[in-house]
Amino acid sequence: MPSTVGELTSIANSLRAHAVRMVHRSRASHLGSCLSMADIVACLYWNTLKVDPQRPDWQLRDRFILSKGHGAAIIYAALAERGFFPAGELDSYCEMGSRLTGHITSGVPGVELSSGSLGHGLPVGCGIALAAKREQLPFRTVVLGSDGELDEGSSWEAILFAPQHQLDNLLLIIDYNKIQSFGTIKQVLDLDPLVDKFRAFRWAVREVNGHDMVQLVNAFSAVPFEAGRPSVVIAHTIKGKGVSFMENELAWHYKSPTEEQLALALVELGAGQ
Amino acid sequence: MRTAFLEELVKLAEQDERIWLVCGDLGFSVLEPFANRFPKRYLNAGVAEQNMTGIAAGLAMAGKIVFTYSIANFPVMRCLEQIRNDVCYHNLSVKIVAVGGGLAYGSHGYTHHGVEDIAIMSALPNMAVAAPGDPQETRSITRILASRAGPAYLRLGKAGEPMVHKGDIAVDYGKAIAIREGSDLTLISIGGMLSTTVAAADKLSNHGYSVRVLSMPFALPLDEAAILSAAAETKAVLTVEEHGYGGLGTAVGECMARSASGTLFVPLRLGRSPIKVAGSQDQLRALQGLSVEGIARSAEDAYLRCIERTERPRNNEAGTGS
Repeated sequence: MPSTVGELTSIANSLRAHAVRMVHRSRASHLGSCLSMADIVACLYWNTLKVDPQRPDWQLRDRFILSKGHGAAIIYAALAERGFFPAGELDSYCEMGSRLTGHITSGVPGVELSSGSLGHGLPVGCGIALAAKREQLPFRTVVLGSDGELDEGSSWEAILFAPQHQLDNLLLIIDYNKIQSFGTIKQVLDLDPLVDKFRAFRWAVREVNGHDMVQLVNAFSAVPFEAGRPSVVIAHTIKGKGVSFMENELAWHYKSPTEEQLALALVELGAGQ
Repeated sequence: MRTAFLEELVKLAEQDERIWLVCGDLGFSVLEPFANRFPKRYLNAGVAEQNMTGIAAGLAMAGKIVFTYSIANFPVMRCLEQIRNDVCYHNLSVKIVAVGGGLAYGSHGYTHHGVEDIAIMSALPNMAVAAPGDPQETRSITRILASRAGPAYLRLGKAGEPMVHKGDIAVDYGKAIAIREGSDLTLISIGGMLSTTVAAADKLSNHGYSVRVLSMPFALPLDEAAILSAAAETKAVLTVEEHGYGGLGTAVGECMARSASGTLFVPLRLGRSPIKVAGSQDQLRALQGLSVEGIARSAEDAYLRCIERTERPRNNEAGTGS
């Protein structure tokens, strides 16, 4: 397992390159969302999570739930690179008959929960964390959600629930890239002050630069931030991060790159050929 | 029914540590025996049914058998997508229990009328859908649902439903229960209409009809063999349910249409329009034709239509034809 920040950053970019290739090949979408969470995903799968690709159902594994299910491509890439299934299968993403559907689906080794409709991941994560808490099982539950899905009432039901039951074995990460499906967060439903909201709901909060690997490693390894409270990392990210012409562009929630854009993107990600 | 359910659940939980009960802040004076006995396997999730159902899915993913519990539509509709995606798609052992199904909360108004639940739950993958007819069926079905892996929906009445079965019974999963044998008409009842249906059958018997009564506590899986036997062996089949379109009547009608039995089928159920007036459960049922008298009248009409139908070809043969 790599441990240096440089290696983790390099892995994040190789996951980005996978996602760009996958979305290009399948003419799928949600590339901007994949790129914003790449560093978080690399940190989780190569530094934070206790998972075993040889035993995906290992009872004491950390549970990782992708609640922003549209970011599936980069999770599949991480799972393949970690050895949960052959990397060659990534070529089948979104193709007829493939188990790698556009929104993340269980049945793929290493995937705990199918998602795609927003606001589902945190409640399920609370249930897993509650079972572990009551039975004093040592694993942690990590939920990666989007900023846009904080529009969903079900998210706030779970945000109210987790501190009530002192789920300090639960980590929520918000990929706060500031752009949702049809506008910026500010334009649609402004979440600010988000840190204050979580504090008011009795969570232990840390804010990080979601592209700074040192900050990510330090935050994720410090969970729980306070005994008896759930932890939330608000990761400030850039939608489309790593490919200059995709950064902060709403359109890359939907578009798939042309051949030319693919080549440019891969060069920027250091994966050009 | 709710007390029978809870008593049975406590017994099951004594034997199986995987059983949890999760409520949506409802169950006062009903759930306390479970909560007091098994505090580590009891949860009040608050007035938050989406989160309640997501939590139940998470618990089930951690190996638990989870019963969610609330009133009428609350554990069904408010969290329908959580049931569909989190529970059913993952084939998790979450058993959704709705107390006060049908018009049990009659006077509380339309928000509390659980009259589309069977249709909605029957449309979901991996789902078993049960509505027991009396407290004894409730006990048996609670045992069945706890013992079978995967999602289930259990529609209960409230309290004080008459006992139709004398003593303990063992319901078979997905099977009807023969209550009365008969050869003229079949009445198939689901859920809390059972005692009324039996009373209607008795009334019809007094009028000289031979009436078969089936209790059909499972809408899914449906006992098609029992339906087809009734279609073959009696002149008309009527379903009786405290539910709107898309429930037992729809399922039985589809089954009979597929078999091309030609036997007359009449669904007795609630109308399309919401009930906007107050009334007790019995009063509102009667308003919709689901009283003893209403059912008996509909059954008698159906029988007379059968007689007319069998006589009509002879009239045509005797007449000029067309």
